Amino acid sequence: MSETTKTTNEEILAEEKAMLEDIAARLSGFARERANLVPLLQMIQERHGYLPPDAINMVAEYLEIASCEVYGVATFYNQFRFTPPGKHQIKICLGTACHVKGGDIILENFERKLEIREGEITPDREFGIDRVACVGCCALAPVATVDESVQGHMAPSKVEGIILGFQIEKEREAREKQKDDAGEK
Amino acid sequence: MTPEKNKNLDQMFTAIQEKAARHADSITEDPAPKIYIGMATCGLASGALETKKAFEEALSLRNIQARILQVGCMGHCYGEPLVTVHNPGFPPILYHQVTPGKATMLVKSFLEEGDPLFEYLLGAMEENDLIPQVWDFARFSQEKRVVTEICGFINPEEILDYIAMGGYSSLAETLRLEPHDIINQVKNSGLRGRGGAGFPTGKKWELAKDARGQEKTVILNADEGDPGAYMDRTILESNPHQVLEGIAICAYAVGARKAILYVRSEYPLAVKVVTRAIEQAKELGLLGKGILGTSFDLDISVFQGSGAFVCGEETALIQSIEGQRGMPQLRPPYPVQKGLWGNPTVINNVKTFASVPPILKHGEFWYRQIGTEGSTGTAIFSVVGDILHAGLVEIPMGVPLRTLIFDICGGIPNKRTFKAVQVGGPSGGCLPADFLDTPIDFDSLTEAGAMMGSGGMVVMDEDTCMVDVARYFLDFTQKESCGKCTFCRIGTRHLLNLLERITKGEGREGDLELLEDLSQDIRDGSLCGLGKTAPNPVLTSLKYFRDEYVAHVKEKRCPAGVCRALTAYYIDLEKCARGCDACVGSCPVEAIFTTKNRKKGIDQTLCVKCGECVTACPAEYDAVRKVSPPERAPIVERPADISD
Repeated sequence: MSETTKTTNEEILAEEKAMLEDIAARLSGFARERANLVPLLQMIQERHGYLPPDAINMVAEYLEIASCEVYGVATFYNQFRFTPPGKHQIKICLGTACHVKGGDIILENFERKLEIREGEITPDREFGIDRVACVGCCALAPVATVDESVQGHMAPSKVEGIILGFQIEKEREAREKQKDDAGEK
Repeated sequence: MTPEKNKNLDQMFTAIQEKAARHADSITEDPAPKIYIGMATCGLASGALETKKAFEEALSLRNIQARILQVGCMGHCYGEPLVTVHNPGFPPILYHQVTPGKATMLVKSFLEEGDPLFEYLLGAMEENDLIPQVWDFARFSQEKRVVTEICGFINPEEILDYIAMGGYSSLAETLRLEPHDIINQVKNSGLRGRGGAGFPTGKKWELAKDARGQEKTVILNADEGDPGAYMDRTILESNPHQVLEGIAICAYAVGARKAILYVRSEYPLAVKVVTRAIEQAKELGLLGKGILGTSFDLDISVFQGSGAFVCGEETALIQSIEGQRGMPQLRPPYPVQKGLWGNPTVINNVKTFASVPPILKHGEFWYRQIGTEGSTGTAIFSVVGDILHAGLVEIPMGVPLRTLIFDICGGIPNKRTFKAVQVGGPSGGCLPADFLDTPIDFDSLTEAGAMMGSGGMVVMDEDTCMVDVARYFLDFTQKESCGKCTFCRIGTRHLLNLLERITKGEGREGDLELLEDLSQDIRDGSLCGLGKTAPNPVLTSLKYFRDEYVAHVKEKRCPAGVCRALTAYYIDLEKCARGCDACVGSCPVEAIFTTKNRKKGIDQTLCVKCGECVTACPAEYDAVRKVSPPERAPIVERPADISD
């Protein structure tokens, strides 16, 4: 294993450890009741973006139910995901109005541009694509939400623009960082 | 209740009303111009935040004193971001599609120089000699607003705004009455549940009141899962207190001390607004312990739904609050007898609760006059799709579909013709032009094969493929089936497979009959509304648009040119302009190439049929054609190699 991957692995482990500690600290804020199962899972998902396997076991232990029960509930609902999201999460609305206006074409364009399928994230963890049933902005169809901002009246050419925008932003940051580093020296 | 208690109540509520009046006066008496910006989710999605920022910057740059006030949504989504500017000396004027640029211009031209910029305004909100009123337009005048009356006119995060408009007076009145009086009034009003099924609300409340049980609960069902309907969200975001007031009235009437608001977690703004509204109401003593000095307590909390369409079904919703998988249960016992944790539970939709305060305020007979005999009151629809003035519309029950679509919402844009309207979301049906004169009420829609459902209405023009629409809905219900009943779980999967096959041009003889049989079986073999209504989109489209299915199966042709496996684009070389490159840049997959005589051709093996080249091709050439079946597209060879 090369030097760089070693540190990344260590980084990931440290990240996971911090995450589980955070969850453990917050569990006691909830009463040990079955009714708190969904709110607990929602809390974890909101803070960390997904439900890691260890977190599910922690919840199961805390509520004194089997972890398969927790999985059963968590997988039933669309809200929960079990893999980390991308840094920029793109959600394509496929509600009725968006479908009629060609939402699937927008989804396909994102998939093609980022070379991943819906539900996946890019290998560099920068982007992730999800499909959602309806974000409730039907009058602006087709709609995609990029991070927290809703993009109405989407078109394939806009897809390219959005991704390009992020890339330019990233390159700019990298340049500035380089400049700062050079300046410090 | 003793007169002594009533005195206490009157004193407390009068004090609150006076406080609200002072708050309202402080705004109206302020001589500065006022700018009202609609900031519900759709406003924000259209850029209301940027607009607000532009106003702030322009005001400070020009050193103008003006008040920017945040309001909810009026339902005119086509015109977002909507801004009302009240400049003293002018009537309040409504502007639509206010981009940051227009905001800056409004500050300069209107607030500074006194020119209201006629080219950008939608209309005036008051009678005047200068500007036409919005109330003269069909989109405004033909609506009858009961539930959404003040949505978009008040700040949803300021309870005093609502009280100043007469809010919470129905609750105060309720507390003076006996529970059965309230139930009688609701019963006499003829109000039916707005969640879709249309069960009489007064009856439900009476059953809950008479049910034995200690801890009765009232639940607000705001798990709006229908893709294409968003009125519940808008109401919660624009006027949460009217819903809270309705819930408190219901709790008092049925004897509940606990209320839960079940709101979709996909609606973060609604959750935030509602949570804030509860806090404010508690501070003023309108919710919580000892409401308005009486002995009536109501503990009210928010539960976030985790996104499962089936949880809109009341027994599944209860399961979900109890921390289980949201699977519907066999009824009876109904939740009004045995609901949450085995106690009597009333579950009503957002619109139902929001209808209650106006009914008690204006009286049951006033409400009965609106709408039809069997369906009193108003209906709220989110009219979207191929429609000019998309958005939320509240109309009296009984208005024909034609009036709603063509008069109120402006009809179909881009000179297309109307093809069908899908009413009621995944449980509803597609109705063709012959049904445009159907009055909109619970019974007439069910008779036509659609249903009121959650009030989602998607209008479709001639370029929509009905087989594809049916496939879309099946794809949705198949994913959302909870898996409890075999026919719903496996049957919808088969139905979807069949439809996918047909839209890919692999349909076989007998497929249509199989679709019908299977649909019947799913309908008969399912426990809850999801399964019972899942085949509706298939059955109605098969009934009214059978020829389209036949074209797909027999001729492998999609008449509307939607099903991508059955269509192809090509460039008409007669029309294509030599040297024009407009389409080349628009193609996301580089399927467009230049022919030997510098015209363009499409490589069919690469084309993904996104239609971008059609949009890109300049109107004067209009050279891109779409054909079905794909074999009809002429083959243009890509030149082996053109050296640049």
